[in-house]
Amino acid sequence: MNNITCECGHVNPEGTVLCESCGKPIQGNQHIDGNDSQTLLNMRYDGSARRSQTYNRTFVDKIWNFFSSVKVGVWLIVLTLVASAVGTIFPQEMYIPPNVDAATHYEDQYGLAGQIYYQLGFHNLFSSWWYMLLLAMIGISIVIASIDRFVPLYKTLRTQKPKRHDLFLKKQRVFGKTESSSVDIDQVRKNLKKSRYKVKEQDGHILAEKNRFARWGPYVNHIGLIIFLLGTLLRFIPALYVDDFVWVREGETAVINGTEGQYYIKNKEFILETYDEDDERFQEALQNQGGLVPKTYQTNAVVYKRTDPVVVGGDPELEKIKEDQIKVNHPLKFGGFALYQASYQLNEFKEMTFKIHDKNNEDSSYGQFTVDLSEPKSEYQLDSGYRVVLDSYYPEYELKDGKPVSVSKYPKNPAFVFNVYPPGQSEPEVSFVGIGANVDATGENDYKIGLINFDVRDVTGLTVRKDYTLPFIALGGAIFMIGVIQGMYWNHRRIWIKPKENGVWIAGHTNKNWFALRREIDKVISETGIEAPNDQQEMKN
Amino acid sequence: MELSTVSSNLLYAAFIIYLVATFFFGGTIRDKNRKKTGVAGKIGITLTIVGFLTQVGYFITRWLASGHAPVSNLFEFTTFFGMMLVLAFIVMYFIYRINVLGLFALPIALLIIAFASMFPSEISPLVPSLQSHWLYIHVTTASLGQAVLSVSFVAGLIFLIRQIDQGEKSKHTFWLEFVIYMLATALAFIIISSSFNAMNYQVTFEAPIQEQPTEITYQMPAIAGPTDGELITEGMSPLFEVPQWMRGQDAAIKFNTMIWSFLGGIVLYWLARLILRKRIGAAVQPLLKKANPELVDEISYRAVAIGFPIFTLGALIFAMIWAQQAWDRFWGWDPKEVWALITFFFYAAYLHLRLSRGWQGMKSAWLAVGGFAIIMFNLLAVNLIISGLHSYA
Repeated sequence: MNNITCECGHVNPEGTVLCESCGKPIQGNQHIDGNDSQTLLNMRYDGSARRSQTYNRTFVDKIWNFFSSVKVGVWLIVLTLVASAVGTIFPQEMYIPPNVDAATHYEDQYGLAGQIYYQLGFHNLFSSWWYMLLLAMIGISIVIASIDRFVPLYKTLRTQKPKRHDLFLKKQRVFGKTESSSVDIDQVRKNLKKSRYKVKEQDGHILAEKNRFARWGPYVNHIGLIIFLLGTLLRFIPALYVDDFVWVREGETAVINGTEGQYYIKNKEFILETYDEDDERFQEALQNQGGLVPKTYQTNAVVYKRTDPVVVGGDPELEKIKEDQIKVNHPLKFGGFALYQASYQLNEFKEMTFKIHDKNNEDSSYGQFTVDLSEPKSEYQLDSGYRVVLDSYYPEYELKDGKPVSVSKYPKNPAFVFNVYPPGQSEPEVSFVGIGANVDATGENDYKIGLINFDVRDVTGLTVRKDYTLPFIALGGAIFMIGVIQGMYWNHRRIWIKPKENGVWIAGHTNKNWFALRREIDKVISETGIEAPNDQQEMKN
Repeated sequence: MELSTVSSNLLYAAFIIYLVATFFFGGTIRDKNRKKTGVAGKIGITLTIVGFLTQVGYFITRWLASGHAPVSNLFEFTTFFGMMLVLAFIVMYFIYRINVLGLFALPIALLIIAFASMFPSEISPLVPSLQSHWLYIHVTTASLGQAVLSVSFVAGLIFLIRQIDQGEKSKHTFWLEFVIYMLATALAFIIISSSFNAMNYQVTFEAPIQEQPTEITYQMPAIAGPTDGELITEGMSPLFEVPQWMRGQDAAIKFNTMIWSFLGGIVLYWLARLILRKRIGAAVQPLLKKANPELVDEISYRAVAIGFPIFTLGALIFAMIWAQQAWDRFWGWDPKEVWALITFFFYAAYLHLRLSRGWQGMKSAWLAVGGFAIIMFNLLAVNLIISGLHSYA
């Protein structure tokens, strides 16, 4: 370390631009802050010795200097900004319909541009490695740039003395000389205190300062941002984050996915309410929107905790721990988990009751049977001696290439192939039965199977979420807000008054809002005999 | 009188009061004294406050009528944004006492409020995801933040008109004229929409939307018709059809409205230019001689300094809290969220650039214009074109 001793006697570290104590510009270092070509001093970091401006020899130095540069930081922000904008041109993959193939969807919907978008990976832009890298680099930049500036600035502001070098004062933006023998320094002190300045004196030199803490705002908000960014990384630790989904039919109790079999939920009722079209307040809007507007999605739920050890098979012993209504904006919380109303399915078939009758006479009956669609039996023995074998079951039936298939396992549009054995016969009659479809496979059947009754119920879809990263995220956000308010809503102001043989010199500095500083100086010097200083940086018209 | 009628009358009254206040701020141009506020300025700011209170009256009565905070659709939100812009101006006025700011801030607020009333204004019910106190906590704070940031644009615009060298053509003069043209386009949109509305103009097409024949009704003559559309009512037949990739139900209508607005903007702009016989910027410049560029630059920066924390709190932090509650995740890369983040990044970059020498003044002013463009993009384009989970419009 090559320390620099100033003429005032203070020893400054290598790379100092303005003496920490008296502010005298240190010869040979003025290029660092660009002071050599300017009439005014660059006061951004009070001319303190920043590592990034002092050393540039080793690899570590180069990395440090790269990330501590504001220019680099701004470039990183701008690149992230542009990338984010690109990510909104077409919907991200998570927002396209769930059952389509992304590879063809973008081209089908948006043509060539969509295909290029997909092939460049922009459909998953926000989870792409290079977007993550940009955010990580911003994070690194925030840490390094903050340390690079905070430490020396803190030291300099702590070391500064009221006695300042002439050159320092002259080269301040707000500066004025008063030649007069009748300057009332007592009045100045009074005025400064009235404006809530802290006044320090040294041999008649005055340093008045207020709101130095505002200078730490940027560093505080950067700490908040870092905590926030680290908080988002914690999500990748499985113990801290669970994201799962559970479907529960009305009346059923189901194990809650993601809780390792610890918790169960019962769906007592699912409620979908729409706005009343006769409601006077909303009548006009409802008519214009031409359709039903949903008012409530709600699941009346009971949550149970399993009390016996989790074993495969066997009925669990359940203890009720909470009963509540789960609505959008009103999740149900228990044991670190939260259940969110996320989806629903109305009128899923629960049971269907059929009867066997003569093909040509619907009023005849050879007995009836009921199929429970969540657990269909393979065979139904009727009292009349008829036997029905369930050959095939299609919960959500569709005809694909002339063949019946089921597109899901949920009984939304059930269809069946039944083999009917009349008493004493070993050759069955084959019938295909669906909603509004009743096909006789051979065309030679004597009997027909008719739907006479059914029961439907709603299904609710709930997101299961455990997120222990939220406290970190919240803490980061809170610290950021404190820092940004601290830095933005207060201004660090300093006023120096230096006694001269015939009068005084006055200079002022603030980190922002110079008009307000000048107005305050006007107040401070009123009735003291000091003349108003000039702003040496007025813009040309 | 019904509450909702009282409400719309109050909004109308506020609009007129702002308009009158603008003229009084215009009267301050001729004040000789640079420091002291003249009578015109005092009347101007008083009227502005009266207008603001009237609009607050609109807000409260509409809240009472609908049972929820009136910030739930594009009309309500944009109107509220105009109101917050006026509030932000009033606050700035009392910090810096500068009349010329009112001369520019109020017309822009007027433009925004008039723009808002082009959207459906009937009271609409809240879908489940909007039924939360966070609706008004998040939306009002975000809007206030955007409004304060917009004051930065207003000051930036004054700075640019005041400072750009009009002696010769340059990039600066071109882009300044472009900004003025965009304002003219917004005005043209308002004039054209309300004219055709008053005439009750309608023309209906039948066109395939997702292979289903659908009726599409234009409220303006169709310059651009829907793809494969067939005119089924009487009216002007379109000059051309919109390209294939504009598939959405309203895509063709929106595109047609845009064409009308940009054409109308051209007409308005060139009409003004023919009358003035010079660039609009050059014509306005002499009126701003009194404005102190240092002061205007500081106001522009101060507005960002005040607005940035409010915006962050409202549009990001409150938004995240609400999203966590309503959609089980605090962040989902929805276009509206992303554009709020982009706004945040943009002003973060602005604040960092201000640290460097040479970024005060002209460059800052241009950045303030860019920031406003992003805010407007997020308000309008994201809702009308990109559209995501946010259920406005």
